Amino acid sequence: MKTHKMLLWLLLVAVPNFAIAQEAITTENWLSSPGIIGTFVLVAIVMIIAVIILFIKLNGYIDTIKRRQIDKNKMAFDDELVAMEEEDIDAILEKRKAALKYKLKGDELSGENKAVDEKGLLQRVENDPANAYFDEKKKTSLSLETPEALKKIVIYYIAAAAVWLVLGTLIGQYLGMKFIWPEMDHQQWLGFGRLRPVHTNMVFWGWSSLAMIGLGYFVIARTSNNKIYNYKWAWYGWWLINATVFLGSICLMAGINNGGGEYREYIWPVMLMFAIALIITFVNFYKTVATRKISEIYISNWFILAALIWTIVLAIIGYLPFYQNGLGETVVQGYYMHQGVGMWFMTFTLGLVYYYLPSALNKPIYSYSLGVLAFWTQMLFYTMIGTHHFVFSPLPWWLQTVAIVFSAGMFIPVIAGTTNFLMTMKGSWNHITKSYVLPFFLVATIFYFVGSSQGSLQAFRFTNYVWHFTDFNVAHSHMTMYGIIAFFLWASIYAILPKLTGKEPSQVFVGAHFWLAFIGLFAYMMSLMMGGTYKGLSWIDGEPFIESVILMTPYWVWRAVGGSLMFLSHLVFAYNLYYMVTGYKNTSPSIKTKKVEEITV
Amino acid sequence: MLNFHKEHKNLVLTAGVVFIALSIVVAILPAFQMQETEPIPDDKPLTDNQREGLNVYVSENCMACHTQQVRNIEMDNIWGDRPSIPSDYFYSKKRLDVWRQSPSVLGSERTGPDLTNIGKRQPSEDWHLLHLYNPRAVVSESVMPSYPWLFEEVDSVSVREEDKVVSVPKEFFNKPGKKIIASEEALRLVDYLKSLQQTELPGGNVNDFIPALRKIQTEGMDGEKQAGSLDGAKLFSQTCAACHQETGKGVTGAFPSLVGSDIVTDENPEQLIRVVIQGYDARSDYGVMPPFGNQLTDAEIAAITTHERSSWGNDAPEVTEEDVKKIRELIESELNQ
Repeated sequence: MKTHKMLLWLLLVAVPNFAIAQEAITTENWLSSPGIIGTFVLVAIVMIIAVIILFIKLNGYIDTIKRRQIDKNKMAFDDELVAMEEEDIDAILEKRKAALKYKLKGDELSGENKAVDEKGLLQRVENDPANAYFDEKKKTSLSLETPEALKKIVIYYIAAAAVWLVLGTLIGQYLGMKFIWPEMDHQQWLGFGRLRPVHTNMVFWGWSSLAMIGLGYFVIARTSNNKIYNYKWAWYGWWLINATVFLGSICLMAGINNGGGEYREYIWPVMLMFAIALIITFVNFYKTVATRKISEIYISNWFILAALIWTIVLAIIGYLPFYQNGLGETVVQGYYMHQGVGMWFMTFTLGLVYYYLPSALNKPIYSYSLGVLAFWTQMLFYTMIGTHHFVFSPLPWWLQTVAIVFSAGMFIPVIAGTTNFLMTMKGSWNHITKSYVLPFFLVATIFYFVGSSQGSLQAFRFTNYVWHFTDFNVAHSHMTMYGIIAFFLWASIYAILPKLTGKEPSQVFVGAHFWLAFIGLFAYMMSLMMGGTYKGLSWIDGEPFIESVILMTPYWVWRAVGGSLMFLSHLVFAYNLYYMVTGYKNTSPSIKTKKVEEITV
Repeated sequence: MLNFHKEHKNLVLTAGVVFIALSIVVAILPAFQMQETEPIPDDKPLTDNQREGLNVYVSENCMACHTQQVRNIEMDNIWGDRPSIPSDYFYSKKRLDVWRQSPSVLGSERTGPDLTNIGKRQPSEDWHLLHLYNPRAVVSESVMPSYPWLFEEVDSVSVREEDKVVSVPKEFFNKPGKKIIASEEALRLVDYLKSLQQTELPGGNVNDFIPALRKIQTEGMDGEKQAGSLDGAKLFSQTCAACHQETGKGVTGAFPSLVGSDIVTDENPEQLIRVVIQGYDARSDYGVMPPFGNQLTDAEIAAITTHERSSWGNDAPEVTEEDVKKIRELIESELNQ
């Protein structure tokens, strides 16, 4: 009865109120707007998770200190033994002799007597002895089964990605500083407008894409229980993508850009190389899956194959000229920029997570069906929401409405994915103390939920009103491309590379990477989210535009601070990577064939 | 039949075909539709010079910080008289050349002001050139980069008749015997920027902004236009401060100071009102002031001039809407003679 009343109340009072509230937009109660409250909650989630991870890590640290104390006690005991008199020792040994000779009569718990465990000696009674060794894990050594050629491909893809990451974020950091010191340089090739797309495209196509494909090669071969169809093609792809980023960056700095639409600033002859690389990679992956040695296609391969085919279609649609005059270009731009993120980076990375997360924890994914649901809804909802970058613009209203409605629909794949990953992690939380692989996965999963939900909330009318065109968008894109994609990629890299090379980086340095990246990102996004909100409110209140520039200054400073930490973490990452792969071929075979569990996780 | 778990062909085919179908519905068809617009009757195509300027705009990627879209919401009203419509982009958004597609001028971030109407808001070529040479010379808090490579430093003696000399204040350029002249590119870019003006729709602009502030909602959108409720200081900083600065002191060598100025503080405001309505080009040591008669209403001019006459130590009597109206009529009758 009570729930009925609640429902009725909701329908009669809350819903119309909500609808009316949408009409009367005011800045007075901006704090209580549903989109803003939602964002606060989401950010709080990230904060809480960070505190929990920190707590667990500290706990582990305290444990080691305790263990040291125990060791000390042991040493003290040894000293005591050495100092003992001979007679005392003899007496003790005599006692021990007697104890060893003592035999149970065999009827203590049975025979004539009733079976009673008076001293509580039995911990567990096992009725099914066949299952007695359930906890025993099958120990395998990947090194033996991974062909040298595949290892080399994975390592080279990831290494190239790391180079672009360091360079791309160095440029990003430089751009962030230009907000504070606009007169830093007077070089045409380093102008803000020219350099900005160099940064975005370099981390997109250089870092994320190369790392994804490299990690993908291992997943495809492994989950198909097969050899990669053609190793040579993998190298063609590697060269083509690196050439794309290299030439594209040179073009952009020389002032040759494709009209400034975000993420398609590379002119078509350059981007064509990337498209060819994708096609080669797709065919290579597809042939490998097609000749797989098991009947089922693992869910990772669904995501990875689809991501490739969707992105090939996307690149073609984004660059064909026939419908791109006037606002036709704007429609395609909204479609392209969002799908670039959603159908390429997000889809491919999810595919990687469906393999690397369960394999790092040595257990199956929580729900296969949930993965399938996430796959199809990802395709259905993500494809439709591009125009939410152009709410209130001169684009057709129906297109904007579709985008807003389907943005809300994005909750389905996001919640399906988040649940799946978290439930897979459930029961393995002790891995957090053992290594940084799980913390990377955990933070990325939380950001997957938080970043994507926040994106959906941003499509609401009031939130779009406040945040559109402000620095909040920059915060959002870093929360997703960095918080989700980069963290998932790092998790996967730290999970797989030690297994391939037999060299594990020092946990102190992996920890430094994790915390610098995380704290840096948090500072980065919080400052821009706050500054962006105040900027939007200032615009709504009709203050002169320059006021909104002045009020951003402290937030830009904090952004630069956060950005510096992020960049620093990438240097640490590059070092870790160098350590993991350098001279791996010379690593002694004994280490190479060490049991997996002993090497990592 | 469709066992996606085992049949890779069907899986990939389905994912591909459905995605293509959805893309056609949500991107390609609407794009074709949006392409079929016609220009507004009074809108003029870009001249060759302006088109070259657009090329500079694109290659410097000004779209990274500047939008060109007036959204149909109230806060965007300061960027244009009406929300942007697809036809507004008929001439500017065409494929640039074989290598480059139609420019994404709508933009996605407003780190700097929207430029839809910049040609109307800021018609002065001198201002634009100085601003490009060093934005902080005219807007001290600006974070826009300067574009010195669009200018040349030459000896004063070798300045030719046809060169456009930019009068840069001493703090920003102080080399005796040298002058800064604008390059061809800079002039074209400014030409393009000045061409950015909203074309009035036939039959007048329909003011269909979605209101944002409760104050305006209750008073109606025109409520603010009433005289007396106008904030002269705010209007000044939106319209005039770009050149004359918030402090009223102007920029020495480019834009004159209003503090203690004879024209501003004269008991009789006629000359001041004339300058605002008609523009001013009587002093060779300063840039040309463009006319603002079409851009500002009588009430707005009254509010601004009153603000100028009563601020920064200036102390001259108030200007009323009536005064402005009289002088506007006077000017019109002079022109008709």
